[in-house]
Amino acid sequence: MTRFLVRRLFTSLIVILGVVTLVFGVLRAVPGDPVESILGEEALEVDKEKLRECLRLDKSLPEQYGLFWKDVAQGTFGELCDERGVTVADKLKTSIPATMELALAGLLVALLIAFPLGIAASLRPYSWVDNTSAVVALLGISIPNFWLGPMLLILFSLTLKALPNPGAGVTGLTALILPAFTLGTALSAKLTRMLRSSMLEVLSQDYIRTARAKGSPEQRVVIKHALRNAMIPVITIIGLQFGALLTGAIIVEKVFARPGLGTLLLDGIEQRNYLIVQGSVLFISFSYVVVNLLTDLVYGWIDPRIRYD
Amino acid sequence: MARSLFKGRRKSLGGLANVGIGIIGAVLLLAIIGPLLSPYELGFVDVTRQLESPSGTHWLGTDENGADVLTLMLHGSRVAVIVGVSVVTICSTIGCFLGAVSGYFGGWIDEALMRITEILMAFPGILLAILLIFITQEPTLLAVIGALSVSGWAGYARLVRGQVLLEREKEYVEAARALGFTRAKIIFQEVLPNVLAPVIVQATFGVAGAILAEASLSFLGLGPQDSPSWGALLDQGASYFLLTPHLAIFPGLAIMFTVLGINFVGDGLRDMLDPRHVTRKESA
Repeated sequence: MTRFLVRRLFTSLIVILGVVTLVFGVLRAVPGDPVESILGEEALEVDKEKLRECLRLDKSLPEQYGLFWKDVAQGTFGELCDERGVTVADKLKTSIPATMELALAGLLVALLIAFPLGIAASLRPYSWVDNTSAVVALLGISIPNFWLGPMLLILFSLTLKALPNPGAGVTGLTALILPAFTLGTALSAKLTRMLRSSMLEVLSQDYIRTARAKGSPEQRVVIKHALRNAMIPVITIIGLQFGALLTGAIIVEKVFARPGLGTLLLDGIEQRNYLIVQGSVLFISFSYVVVNLLTDLVYGWIDPRIRYD
Repeated sequence: MARSLFKGRRKSLGGLANVGIGIIGAVLLLAIIGPLLSPYELGFVDVTRQLESPSGTHWLGTDENGADVLTLMLHGSRVAVIVGVSVVTICSTIGCFLGAVSGYFGGWIDEALMRITEILMAFPGILLAILLIFITQEPTLLAVIGALSVSGWAGYARLVRGQVLLEREKEYVEAARALGFTRAKIIFQEVLPNVLAPVIVQATFGVAGAILAEASLSFLGLGPQDSPSWGALLDQGASYFLLTPHLAIFPGLAIMFTVLGINFVGDGLRDMLDPRHVTRKESA
């Protein structure tokens, strides 16, 4: 276990190293003068000089790279040029809770749809339940979330007047329902299919027959014996799809005019704020890497048969 | 090669896949002849008729500039097809090549390539594409295709590598080696054709993914600025859906049906080609 842990941490570190280097490299590969693209050609030479110094473009590339790492290591992701004294991390901190709330709510929606539907489909394969869940799942992955969002708004906020409009200053749970549903559908579709096929595989195993033969109640067989063992691929998918939840949140935040990481990133792109863009991209990648690391570690807890070395 | 792909597996794609083929055919047809059918020239705007609802003169209404939505959508189908096909062609070609080399040779080449794919895959979804488009400032269609390809080949490389690892120990590879075939010939003529089935399945889903990714980028305002895109229409649609729901409804339906059709075919192909999937069904 320790050996696996060390090796796994080591590869994650290499990935982080690569991610930071890639983001640094891509942003330094901008054609033309970034300072001019931010301020415009007519800006005063003094302002240009100031911004160039703030962005450290007056220094050599290796120096820039070193200082970039320093900012990452200190967790500040750099100090903003237009608001002195405010770091990118401060901006991230105010945006993260809203996005996490949305991502977790989306995950919850996905689980609430996928578990009943996936288990029901696996217990009666090729029945109408199974076929319906298959069609629903295919629709779920095919409907773009930036279309589903507006459609849900037209239906529930305008026509039925059941839920509040976004941006109407409404906060709390009711304002979260539609965004969470919009974000969660695609994941629920993938999870349903994964859970179904994983359950089917497990349900045909000998130990399930044994459990039934010894007279365990069906519910216990399905939940305790089958579901637990069918969880591994499901956990993998959740871990891998966490990234899709984060990038999906960028889109959903735009649809519903919600604050968050996506809004921060898109505003940063619009204002050509390099520090905000690199900071939010790095943060999203880092959290994705960490979640995948945790997923790998959770395996052993779910399935004690898995040995790491 | 074709025979080895289909041997012992389902011969037909199944009902839904045929529906999917129909949808794909229709979209392809529209992409080819659609711009000829469109009622207005691309770029024609009537500033007096902005955000109009569907009518006799504008079947699907007009957008915020007064351009005909049907015209934009017909041209948009071409963009969707171009992006979907070229991104997947580029990604799968690079992925097959590097994945096969990585799996066959192993060693430091394998280590290095796999670390690179892990780094690329640490950017979830369209995040890396967003970053790459950010630096182009005025993204063209070509830039969007490039950005999606840079972030997309890693998945194919890992898939092919895994398959080649299983394949390279088999007897026919040993036989080829014994016959003195060159390594290039063994990798690309002997091994690669035998691992193509899952690649074809992934590439099919990949076309749908690329179309969705382009639409997402366009929706975020980061799509190609030089060509009309379904996603860009939806971007407008989302801002004006209170006034004119049609702007959001029609392009969304176009994306959904196209992606759904491709996914139908992908599912059918997987049942037919992917041995793992077949065993799973049999075990049921």
